[in-house]
Amino acid sequence: MTSLLTVKSLCVGFPGKRGVLPAVEDLDFHIAPGETLAIVGESGSGKSTAALSIPGLLSRSSRPVVSGSVRFEGQEMLNMPDRKLARMRGPDVGMIFQDPSTSLNPVFTIGRQICEPLRTHMGLDARAAEARAIELLELVKVSAPEQRLAQYPHNLSGGMRQRVMIAIALACSPRLLIADEPTTALDVTVQAQVLRLISGLQKSLGMAVLLITHDLGVVWETADRVIVMYAGRKVEEGPVRRILSQPSHPYTEGLLRAARKEGRDGFLTEIPGVVPPPHQRPPGCAFEPRCARAIAACRAAVPAIRSTGPGQVAACIRAEEGQPA
Amino acid sequence: MAFSIPPFLQFMFRRVLQIIPVVIAIAALNFLLLSLAPGDAADVISANNGGASAEEVQALRESLGLDRPMIVQFFSYMGGVLTLDLGQSYVRGMPVLDLVMSRVPATLLLMVTSLALAVLAGILLGILSSTRYGSLLDRVMSIISLLLYSTPHFWLALMMIVFFSVHLGLLPSGNIATIGGDFSFLGRVWDVFVHLILPAVTMAMFYIAVYMRLMRSSMLEVLDLDYITAARARGASEKKIAYSHAARNALLPVVTLAGVQIGHALGGSVLIETVFGWPGLGRLVYESLLERDTNTLMGILVVSSVLVIVVSLCIDLVCGLLDPRIVHK
Amino acid sequence: MSRSSDFLRRLFSSWTTALGAVLLFIIVVAAIFGPIVYTVDPFEMLGRPAQLPSARFPLGTDVSGRDILAGILNGARVSLIVGLAASLGATLIGIVIGALSGYFGGLIDDTLMRITDFFLTVPNFVLLLVIVSVFTSTIEVITLAIAFVSWPSVARLVRSEFASHASREYVHACRGLGMSHMEIMGRQILPNVMAPIIVVSSLMVASAILTEAGLSFLGLSDPDIVSWGYMIGVGRTVLRSAWWMAAIPGVMIVLAVLAINLVGEGLNDALNPRMRQR
Ligand SMILES: Nc1ncnc2c1ncn2[C@@H]1O[C@H](COP(=O)(O)OP(=O)(O)O)[C@@H](O)[C@H]1O
Ligand code: SF4
Ligand SMILES: [Mg+2]
Repeated sequence: MTSLLTVKSLCVGFPGKRGVLPAVEDLDFHIAPGETLAIVGESGSGKSTAALSIPGLLSRSSRPVVSGSVRFEGQEMLNMPDRKLARMRGPDVGMIFQDPSTSLNPVFTIGRQICEPLRTHMGLDARAAEARAIELLELVKVSAPEQRLAQYPHNLSGGMRQRVMIAIALACSPRLLIADEPTTALDVTVQAQVLRLISGLQKSLGMAVLLITHDLGVVWETADRVIVMYAGRKVEEGPVRRILSQPSHPYTEGLLRAARKEGRDGFLTEIPGVVPPPHQRPPGCAFEPRCARAIAACRAAVPAIRSTGPGQVAACIRAEEGQPA
Repeated sequence: MAFSIPPFLQFMFRRVLQIIPVVIAIAALNFLLLSLAPGDAADVISANNGGASAEEVQALRESLGLDRPMIVQFFSYMGGVLTLDLGQSYVRGMPVLDLVMSRVPATLLLMVTSLALAVLAGILLGILSSTRYGSLLDRVMSIISLLLYSTPHFWLALMMIVFFSVHLGLLPSGNIATIGGDFSFLGRVWDVFVHLILPAVTMAMFYIAVYMRLMRSSMLEVLDLDYITAARARGASEKKIAYSHAARNALLPVVTLAGVQIGHALGGSVLIETVFGWPGLGRLVYESLLERDTNTLMGILVVSSVLVIVVSLCIDLVCGLLDPRIVHK
Repeated sequence: MSRSSDFLRRLFSSWTTALGAVLLFIIVVAAIFGPIVYTVDPFEMLGRPAQLPSARFPLGTDVSGRDILAGILNGARVSLIVGLAASLGATLIGIVIGALSGYFGGLIDDTLMRITDFFLTVPNFVLLLVIVSVFTSTIEVITLAIAFVSWPSVARLVRSEFASHASREYVHACRGLGMSHMEIMGRQILPNVMAPIIVVSSLMVASAILTEAGLSFLGLSDPDIVSWGYMIGVGRTVLRSAWWMAAIPGVMIVLAVLAINLVGEGLNDALNPRMRQR
């Protein structure tokens, strides 16, 4: 299988008072063209940090320390000069964010923000860009697209803003769309619409999607493969059906149990305890303090990633024992 | 009934109405100060005229209405102010309003030039500094701005005169135009411009420092916001992000502050105009102080406060243009 | 102990703050001990006018043959005293008005903020000149007048701090315990909001010094006292022939104001660690 994006040993740290705190550690994954890969995990697991580091969008003021390798079609993106990277953002990698109310520039019109990538990357003139912008707004099912162009973000509802964000991300037909919790900030009724929109567009445009979410219902409906992250590390990876039916990592099990209890759109709050922040991670398995199956050996070293089924890997020393529920 | 006033005009109308209570308050404060002060206008006038007998002073007092009960004087003063009668300048023998208004254009020219210069330079330097956050350039600019911020501008004015007028002989050291200069129209404009350079630049220095510091911190705040990351995510260049996306948002606090500081700048113009002999309101303040022309001083206070309100109204309009959300609130 | 040493370490962690503190220390020492050690009368005509620095007159003489060094040392006292006292006065007025306004809200708040806005609208240097010209210019009047026109910025700050604290849990608890409004404002809220107030009032010392200098430059200062602004005004009359006469006291003002601003910034960083990243 050829790979569109290959991430190898990605580590991201943020300098703090007591040295560099690791937010993402030793992360490996790849995405094939047209594929949907989901990353799940509780808040604080490092999902956003991992996603943002792919197109080099980590907050500069927090002076992130990034190492490893992120290759897009074989081209190394880490440490790529700003100018070159900027040319890849849009046509190669598009991105949508969690909170549409803060992701649009409040002082520019919708039209100006949609036309921006069309003009910088596709070299369209003002009129052509505007025409294309209207098409894009139609594509993401925004009503009255002509009028929207002259409106400001505060004139639009949350769902509409997220549609506009999607239109902007799709403007240059990216081959990879990174969507960081695209529905979390939206009303429940709008969530499904936006998700359906993204997966519909993915199929018709043939782009790959990296979908970050903490909603397993969303994963089930849209993803081909899943990565489960915990405390900055990948703890399990595999095809959706397998992960959701036969998880091998106790954390994944916990997530599933929580989701089933809460019903389809359940939030992952059922496992007792919280994700330890980077400066409070225990040695060995980071899940150990919350794990019902933990034994003394779990504290000795970070568990290695091992195969636990067809296409499935997990980082748990007890993964093969005791069949999951 | 179907007739309704557009919100924009309502807003303007409300703001213009705000001038009235401020003028009343200033008039009241003026009156309070006058009644607290030792001696009255009659004493000052006679002293200015080389002294007078007690009877003459008393006669003067009666003719000025100063012998009336306080409360009567108060209402007559207030009535005058509200009908734009700011009284007579006893020293110059002309209505205070005419005297003050004749000085407004020169002050406006100086203030508008120097504040525009300061806002423009401050904003550009602030952006530059924020995009090079932590670099040597950023640090050097921070130190220079703190130094400018700590310099009394009347002294800076003197040093500028020493250097540019006395030492280099480049620029005129005072006045608004060459006395007795016989120029064509364009020549006169050029002449005023040359005279404007030193006072405007000197006055701008302090505010450049202020706006630069504010713009820098405002930019650093904005550059960390989601929509900047989002703009980067769609491939906007760093230059475009700084100078267009971020600057447009970071500008608001700077422009707002510029509005708040109009009063401060008017105060500062007293010193600058005095040093450069610039015939504006500030210079008139100084002259009136020397002549003990209290009526004129009070009149300047009224007019300059109104000026502050009018300018801040204009600034509000600019903010409305910069931020589409403001109009709709 | 460890808390205060931690605070001091944070305060002086930046070299600019340390520089400011050293400068300020030198100026304060010069102001306190200068006139005691160097007992020359700054008003007495002691030699030929406009002399260059020499052994007898380390900074030369002014237009009337007065010793410039003596003026500088005495002027340091005036600048620092007026600056400190005016800032203190403005801070006190600002705290009272801001606290009442923020704590009680409603009509009290509306009224007091109208008054504050009024003072922010009137060009305050002009108001100051009017006040000083109406009364006799003594150093006390000048100090009070500077305080009288400078308090609004403190009041604004104190108001917003008090307003945000007034609705907090602990304030309700204090009410429940039967504490009076006065006690709550003074003993409970005020200590909690002191940090930003200290920063603003320390920076206000600097602006008060600049304001006093402006006043005395215009010849409106106390005629019995030598100040730096007054010396610049005197030097101005011979600017073309003896520019250093105006330059020297000006440099002193810049140094003093710079020192206070540097220390004020350091205080800001040390007291408000949240803002420190900038
Ligand atoms: N800019 C940053 N500066 C410092 N720490 C950060 C920053 N961004 C994220 N972190 C830390 O990294 C960890 C992972 O955060 P994040 O990637 O946002 O997780 P998620 O998206 O899974 O909720 C958190 O502990 C967070 O505190
Ligand atoms: S390694 Fe041990 S502690 Fe970690 S998940 Fe597996 S069983 Fe639990
Ligand atoms: Mg996240």
